Amino acid sequence: MKVLEAKNLTSGYGETDILRDVSIKLEEEEIVSIIGPNGAGKSTLLKTIFGILMPRHGAVRLRDEEITGLSPDKIVRKGMSYVPQVDNIFPSLTIQENLEMGAFVRTDDYRDRLDEMYDLFPMLKDRRNQKVGSLSGGQRQMVAMGRALMLDPTVLLLDEPSASLAPMLVGMIFEKIVDINRTGVSIIVVEQNARETLKISDRGYVLAMGRKVFEDTGKAILENDEVGKLYLGG
Amino acid sequence: MAELIVYGVVLGSIIALGAIGLTLVYGILRFANFAHGDLMTAGAYVSLFLVTGLFPWFGIPDTTFGSLSFGWRMAFAFPIAMACVAAASIFFDRILYRPLRLKGSGSVILAISALGASFIIRMIVLILWGGDYHFYRPGVLRPAIILPLEIKIRPDQILILITVLSLVVFLYLFLKRTKMGKAMRATADNMELARVSGIDTERVIIWTWGIGGALAGAGGILYGIDVQLHPGMGWHFLLPLFAATILGGIGNMYGALVGALVMGVAQQVSTAYLLPTYKPAVAFIIMILILLVRPQGIFGGGRA
Repeated sequence: MKVLEAKNLTSGYGETDILRDVSIKLEEEEIVSIIGPNGAGKSTLLKTIFGILMPRHGAVRLRDEEITGLSPDKIVRKGMSYVPQVDNIFPSLTIQENLEMGAFVRTDDYRDRLDEMYDLFPMLKDRRNQKVGSLSGGQRQMVAMGRALMLDPTVLLLDEPSASLAPMLVGMIFEKIVDINRTGVSIIVVEQNARETLKISDRGYVLAMGRKVFEDTGKAILENDEVGKLYLGG
Repeated sequence: MAELIVYGVVLGSIIALGAIGLTLVYGILRFANFAHGDLMTAGAYVSLFLVTGLFPWFGIPDTTFGSLSFGWRMAFAFPIAMACVAAASIFFDRILYRPLRLKGSGSVILAISALGASFIIRMIVLILWGGDYHFYRPGVLRPAIILPLEIKIRPDQILILITVLSLVVFLYLFLKRTKMGKAMRATADNMELARVSGIDTERVIIWTWGIGGALAGAGGILYGIDVQLHPGMGWHFLLPLFAATILGGIGNMYGALVGALVMGVAQQVSTAYLLPTYKPAVAFIIMILILLVRPQGIFGGGRA
């Protein structure tokens, strides 16, 4: 069953179209990766899906509901969360407070969810009262994902989670993404780190110059020599 | 000298109420609210209206508490005036700053429009009360208490310190413990992320103006109790307010508190060597020195 579908999205900043007529879908409990060179429109696609950018054409549906043109604070209430690539934490707040802010729209008791987050990211638990600004890059990325998961979303959008991380941490973050997926969250992940991402993905889309140029299963894209040469750096 | 330092702390605590509001608003909206001093004036005069105009008419007796210079009238007027200034500052945001924000106006345009708002407030006060000095209770000089080191302090001043301290503690607990307080800090940190987390940032902005306005109003009233009321009082506070805010690192509430105390003490102690009329110059010189030497403020980075 489709949990998310973006149809013929065209969007951009100001007068310029960055993204041109791109359609993608996400099935239940899938990990789907969006890869491609710099400036291909990958982040623009996520921002348009999440309502940060208004699409010029096209539509976004979450489950069976049209969400095109809704603002992010409305979309987040409908069960989709987003982790930006940069500035994805509240640096002067503690870890615990960052997670609480993720649960801002919840009016029920979310202490169980907090505990689940600390089970998922055990190294955050001991530092829960530490300011996030003082944490390392990998820990910040975990706080950012934890914040986005506090609402128990159906769909999670991740914008380059491995960017600016030390190589040894990249593998760890990808393992966490798989762990999150196993709890039933469908995930779209935008990445520069194409090969590593495709390995954990059910399916993948290749974007270039704002257009979708290829789509297949993660495994098939990895094995496709032509796509590899053109878009994955040989 | 010890006495001047104590008076400086009293003055500094009043400056702090304004500076904290200024820094909170800056932290979230990133603009310099030049009307903040005049919100202090507004608080002082709303309270004057209640104490000398409305409450006598209601028949609230003109008594005083112990050796303080005021009584029930002021006790009621204080929170009401704070609420009025909070409402006024939210009102200015809704009709003036918010439309400009939505148009994407830069911080200079916002700051200039705040300057305009400050003129409006001051002129309303001038029209209604004239340019003379006013007192909440004319003609009473309460005996001072003499502390060790021959420090003479009036009971009013002790109450001012206690009031400011309670307001600051109250605000601290609000920011640390409540959902809205945390959301205010989160929004000051990263407004975009606050939005994608589902935080209603417009509501956060309204709360910020309300709290900033209420504190400014309280500061104005306390200055009126300590010294006197004058339509230009808030305007004269603007320089020390900004100096305190910059000294503490703009956007940093605790920095603003410390900066305000430094400004208060520096201004009062300067009167031992300079004519009191040079007090604003002292504030100006300190501000210039900070901007030259450490523009990010003594507490660095500058986030609440």
